[in-house]
Amino acid sequence: MNSIIEYFTDIYKGVSSLWAGMRVTGRYFVSPGEIVTEQYPENRATLKMEERFKGEVVMPHDENNQHLCTGCGICELNCPNGSIEIITKKVPNEEGKMVRVIDEHIYHLSMCTFCELCIKTCPSNAIEWGQDFEHAVFDRSKLDKVLNKPGSSLKKKEAKS
Amino acid sequence: MILDIYSFSTLTASINKELHAAMAPWLAVLTEFVLIGLLFLLFYAILGLFLVYLERKVCAVMQNRIGPNRVGKWGIFQTIADFIKLITKELIPIKNADDFLFNLAPFIVIITSFMVMAALPFAKGLQALDFNIGIFYIIAVSSLGVVGILIAGWSSNSKYSLIGAMRSGAQVVSYELSVGLSLLAIVVFSGSMQLSTIVESQANGWWIFKGHIPALIAFVIYLIASTAEINRGPFDLAEAESELTAGFHTEYSGIKFAFFFLAEYINMFIVAAIAATLFFGGWMPLHIDHWEAFNRVMDYIPSIIWFFGKTFFIIYLIMWFKWTFPRLRIDQLLNLEWKYLLPLSLLNIVLISFVVLMGWYF
Amino acid sequence: MSDEVIKNIIVREDEDYIINMGPQHPSTHGVLRLEVCLNGETVNYLTPHIGYIHRSIEKMCESDTYKQIIHLSDRMDYLSSHMNNEAICLAVENALEVEVPLRVKYIRVALDELSRIASHHLWWSAFGMDLGALTAFFYGMRDREKILAIFEESFGSRLLHSFNTPGGLMHDVHPNFQKHIMEFVHYFRKKLPEYKQLLTDNVIFHNRTKGIGNMTRETAIAFGVTGPSGRGSGFSCDVRKTAPYGLYDEIKFNEILHDKGDSFARYLVRMEEMEESLNILEYVADNIPEGDFTAKMKPIVKLPEGEYFQRVETARGELSVYIVSDGKKFPYRIKFRSPNFSNLFVLNTLAKGGLIADLVAISGSLDLVIPDIDR
Repeated sequence: MNSIIEYFTDIYKGVSSLWAGMRVTGRYFVSPGEIVTEQYPENRATLKMEERFKGEVVMPHDENNQHLCTGCGICELNCPNGSIEIITKKVPNEEGKMVRVIDEHIYHLSMCTFCELCIKTCPSNAIEWGQDFEHAVFDRSKLDKVLNKPGSSLKKKEAKS
Repeated sequence: MILDIYSFSTLTASINKELHAAMAPWLAVLTEFVLIGLLFLLFYAILGLFLVYLERKVCAVMQNRIGPNRVGKWGIFQTIADFIKLITKELIPIKNADDFLFNLAPFIVIITSFMVMAALPFAKGLQALDFNIGIFYIIAVSSLGVVGILIAGWSSNSKYSLIGAMRSGAQVVSYELSVGLSLLAIVVFSGSMQLSTIVESQANGWWIFKGHIPALIAFVIYLIASTAEINRGPFDLAEAESELTAGFHTEYSGIKFAFFFLAEYINMFIVAAIAATLFFGGWMPLHIDHWEAFNRVMDYIPSIIWFFGKTFFIIYLIMWFKWTFPRLRIDQLLNLEWKYLLPLSLLNIVLISFVVLMGWYF
Repeated sequence: MSDEVIKNIIVREDEDYIINMGPQHPSTHGVLRLEVCLNGETVNYLTPHIGYIHRSIEKMCESDTYKQIIHLSDRMDYLSSHMNNEAICLAVENALEVEVPLRVKYIRVALDELSRIASHHLWWSAFGMDLGALTAFFYGMRDREKILAIFEESFGSRLLHSFNTPGGLMHDVHPNFQKHIMEFVHYFRKKLPEYKQLLTDNVIFHNRTKGIGNMTRETAIAFGVTGPSGRGSGFSCDVRKTAPYGLYDEIKFNEILHDKGDSFARYLVRMEEMEESLNILEYVADNIPEGDFTAKMKPIVKLPEGEYFQRVETARGELSVYIVSDGKKFPYRIKFRSPNFSNLFVLNTLAKGGLIADLVAISGSLDLVIPDIDR
């Protein structure tokens, strides 16, 4: 007799546990307001990445096309993957002395692991994170970027006040 | 009783008469065959595509997603796009596969689902074959589909497929019993195996209401067992993707895979349609005895809407299970059948016979 | 090798019915290949084949400075990247005898527990999916998304956030950090009953996991199975308790232990660990003190000559870092003892004699992350 009671209580418990699960999915079925999907390409206009988002390394330029990079090469040294290459050149300054300035700050996005060491160690805060994340291109060579814009120059340090 | 304006019998009878007037009797019958065949083919394709779309949308909403939404408004053309992709795909030949059986298997699966469809009463006067042993025919034919699955698993020379097919064989053979017994419940109630008679017998109330407790038990058993029979979750062991990648159709590609895929969804429709016909009155509107005004209002809804409404309600129930429960293991699956469903349905048959003998139903 | 291990050494015969699960297979969650020998549906034995995603992280570490190693350790167990980072940072800090600010300790604990919950979310999702409950997958992912949003706000990345650095953190957390953690704790407390209804109480789920893959305490110790998998067998191996690091000796929390040793026990350990982590988070988020986010460190970290060892509790078990330094700025040798490697090789013992479906339930309950095995 006991085993028969057990048999039927098993059925009852099983069915009620299944019903509990079905209630969960059923509740979501009748409340479509809880949909969490983001419709990505459509929401491009409103999609705002976090300001710390690590999209790519960029070098900000001001309105005079000037940046802060001195070409010291510390970022290149600190990069664990060799995704930064600094090419410098020597140009005469106003006093006629030859000084080293940045020619090309090459950034290989394809090799970058977004560890933030370059940005963290840059002594002049010349580079920072850009929020662009749509990096898909048809050719790998397009991922090798030159961060300083053509014709840009080093921003003069303002006289210490 | 039922309003005749929605009946299809006048339409079909007039077509029959016209054809017989225009050509020789054998030619007329042949034309009718071809016409009905083409109609079913069209219906089959549309229904398959729609069911795939429906399933994707239903499960998406349950999972807090949107579901297909790219092709057309709300993604309604998504399945059509998928279908075009499938038919343009390469049919990959399998090394050491039994080519004849390998190519035959999808057709067996799809033809059996076609054959069952012929016996379904879609609306008043809209039934291709009205046997006096309709239920017997449905049970017999629908279990043939497993032969196709077994052949597919055996011939594709893949271990995953073989294991999947063997599981499917064991599963269908055992669940066939419960399906049969639970359908028998309604046969006992209505005293007929002819589907049209069964539908007519529900003119004063559906069997699920008239037959109260035993009919309800039979319905639940039928729902579980038939879900198992069509290899749908939580009984989808034959294609358990986390264990056997895709089970018996692992090696199929392109249109041959599409056949299996379509047949699976059409089988779901068939199972739901049988349940709707037997337990929920098929195309019969909701009638309650002695409520004449209410019955008349219900009659204004066309019978075809009643049929599809009920069927899609049951399809929704089947989808609801699938997207909630984890999959059973093969031994638990057989346990469920032989230790729970079969004894219960045997008990239920005894109970029903008693209820019918004593006249304790409405 | 202990006797337990030796008696599980496998000899393959020619007539065995071999089926390969992986490297491309829906249930292996990565490029793990299990060579399974079957007898009908029963598993006779199985051999794991690893190395499909070997990246020689340990060797690469030998040519990187200690600050650069951090980002490599992210990529071992990508679901507990914060704990991996912390292991190295703690080893270096202990070697240099640097005292990190209290704020850093609090934030590290908060991130540990957030990562642990996020990792368990993913495990819950994938475990449900292994057993065929596809809806569970989406619910787990939905809730994990909330944690990833917190990560993204503070570190800019969602999965591999190289946020620790020897001496502290890369930069301070976002001002909304505490607020969002509290929001998440409240949100997830509301969602946990759903997890219970959907899987934990489900009768099919019970049948699939109870009594499957029984691992005794002795087996767990013999194979070095740690983390929730070991604790499901009653092996008290929580490094947060046995060898506390950071702030864990000051925080009150329970070590979850179950002694059944089957898949369901391992499941319960993880579910209860999530609740426990929520309690820790609640305490920590309320009490993060003000202060610096990093200790004063030299720009180039050089460890004095010697050997250094540190273990931490990741979401999957005990991760140990062993550093040999010859006084230069690169480590001479670095060795990781990853939890998944040990957890994987108990699989044969557990799955032997069960069905294929059980194998999936067992490997799911061990919660393997393949890149951590191969490194």
